[in-house]
Amino acid sequence: MKHVTYTSIEGTSIGYWALLAVLGAIMGLAAISFYTMEHYGHYISGMNNQIVWGMPHVFAIFLIVAASGALNVASIASVFGKKIYKPLGRLSALLSLALLAGGLAVLLLDLGRPDRLIVAMTYYNFKSIFAWNIILYNGFFLIVGIYIWTMMERRMNKHTRIAGTAAFIWRLILTTGTGSIFGFLVARQGYDAAIMAPMFIVMSFSFGLAVFMLVLMALYSWTDRQLGDAVFNRLKNLLGVFVAAVLYFLLAFHLTNLYATEHHGVEAFILMNGGIFTQIFWIGAVVLGGLVPLTIFYSPMGQSRTMVALGAILVILGGFALVYTIVIGGQAYPLELFPGKEVISSSFYDGAFNSYTPSIYELGLGIGGIALTLAAVAFATKIMPFLPESLADADVDPHHKTA
Amino acid sequence: MSGNDKKHDSSRRDFISKAAGMVAVAPGVMLYSTAQAHVGDSVKITGEGASCENRWGMLINTNKCAADCDDCVKACHTENGVGTNDRPLTDPQWIRKVELKDKQTGKTTNLPVMCQHCEKPPCVDVCPTGASMKRADGIVLVDKHICIGCRYCMMACPYKARSFVHEEVTDQMEHAPRGKGTVEACTMCVHRVDAGRTTACAEACSKAGHDAIVFGNLNDPNSEVSKQLREHQSTQIRADLGLNTGVRYRGL
Repeated sequence: MKHVTYTSIEGTSIGYWALLAVLGAIMGLAAISFYTMEHYGHYISGMNNQIVWGMPHVFAIFLIVAASGALNVASIASVFGKKIYKPLGRLSALLSLALLAGGLAVLLLDLGRPDRLIVAMTYYNFKSIFAWNIILYNGFFLIVGIYIWTMMERRMNKHTRIAGTAAFIWRLILTTGTGSIFGFLVARQGYDAAIMAPMFIVMSFSFGLAVFMLVLMALYSWTDRQLGDAVFNRLKNLLGVFVAAVLYFLLAFHLTNLYATEHHGVEAFILMNGGIFTQIFWIGAVVLGGLVPLTIFYSPMGQSRTMVALGAILVILGGFALVYTIVIGGQAYPLELFPGKEVISSSFYDGAFNSYTPSIYELGLGIGGIALTLAAVAFATKIMPFLPESLADADVDPHHKTA
Repeated sequence: MSGNDKKHDSSRRDFISKAAGMVAVAPGVMLYSTAQAHVGDSVKITGEGASCENRWGMLINTNKCAADCDDCVKACHTENGVGTNDRPLTDPQWIRKVELKDKQTGKTTNLPVMCQHCEKPPCVDVCPTGASMKRADGIVLVDKHICIGCRYCMMACPYKARSFVHEEVTDQMEHAPRGKGTVEACTMCVHRVDAGRTTACAEACSKAGHDAIVFGNLNDPNSEVSKQLREHQSTQIRADLGLNTGVRYRGL
């Protein structure tokens, strides 16, 4: 294996500036969405007193979960000593920070009082998992920032393993915290399950790696760098394992729920008769986001980069579908206040199945978070050397044999 | 430095710290006296904080609650300035009337539902900033000054008791501050309770001749609510959660 040379991308082409312009325009629209929603109030959004968290939370949770997962590639090299992943470490850590920034921006800008960020940073209720998450997110920026420093500064290289291990442990705690936001909601039929925490960790592995692969492919294709099969196929196979693991957790989660009679209602709602939520779960999360990518990755179709890219896109779309069924589906199912009773009338929609139609403002804000993530990566890779000049097999594969 | 110098130095420090303290405290005192001066006549300030010797609560007798009456809802919303914008999905509701039918027996029940003022409130547990809080006397409130509008409390509340203020509010009551972008709920008419009065809903129910809502101090064995709770079987909504609610129901 040769010495790896990292360089920044040139970033002078029309394509580069066009990309930044498009991402900037999307962020501008997101800013308008944010301003409109804050100015008029949330009533113009699709959210209400029944569906309390909506599309912004779907985007934010997806991005935050993917953020910790994107760091995995770096962790495999630094913590578990797999040398072939080492050249990818810098990009992996950068992408994780960018995804987290995108997700948190969406979450923050959806608050009823985003102007009170300073309150959120200075008033802590330590019994709240949300408060812990604020600390975990801030810590993640700091620790991964140091981790990147140890990777990029030659004199600091000897500390990479320690920093990488700290970042790995921190990210596991962080995603446990994200999953626990739902796991700790004892009153809601769709949540209140300890399995939420590990399930979110496995979801993060899958979503984060899918995003990483697409960003890697785009960067290497657009900058005419070589991306060899040795690296690429390993990533593809690993993504397949993660996708299968998510399906396994979904199976365990729903089977466990189905065993308890009190959960039959919510399970029937998600799995059988929940209308759009059932469709999004089965078609979106399970088939398109799980079974189809698995088929692509582990069949001869997996030899085609285009098909693998399609598979990764499906994993991401399926991930959004899954987060949607968890966040929105869990709220659409009514709170069970009066077991054994039927609600004849209520002015506040007791016992009613709630519907949700996202507004353009929520979608605008959410997509703005993605644009922020991508713009941050495009900008950072231009100003600092995050990318290996080549990921060709001969350059990175320790077992590569020249013909 | 001689001993004398030290003495001077420390007294100078004392002076500076005291002066700084006064500068810091003075505006607070000013604000406090201004606030006192503007308190309306209807509110009597006792000068005492909430005491854990009291636990305010209610007993709602569903057998007395009439199907076609929503006087408690009207009274609450008038008392606290909770208006409507004719958008039922987003308009706040501090209290609501619910009609139930037993799936097995067909028996119907009417009852008002509001914040149940739990002893162990999930909304307080999950609130990241501590804006959701419980007073020593058991009343659960939202501090509108530090609520960031994240709505996690609404996700956590088992009773759907909380509302998010989805749009600008006007004609607020002096004693019930509200604000766009924050979460709110029944305050158990804390301003009345602190002045030694009963809640608006209980008062309206009595005025309508139903007497279905009895408000009082659960910690006082001689209060009407305690007596009735001792004499009659009552229940809590979602008693399985073990939250020890301050609002109890009869005939549910």
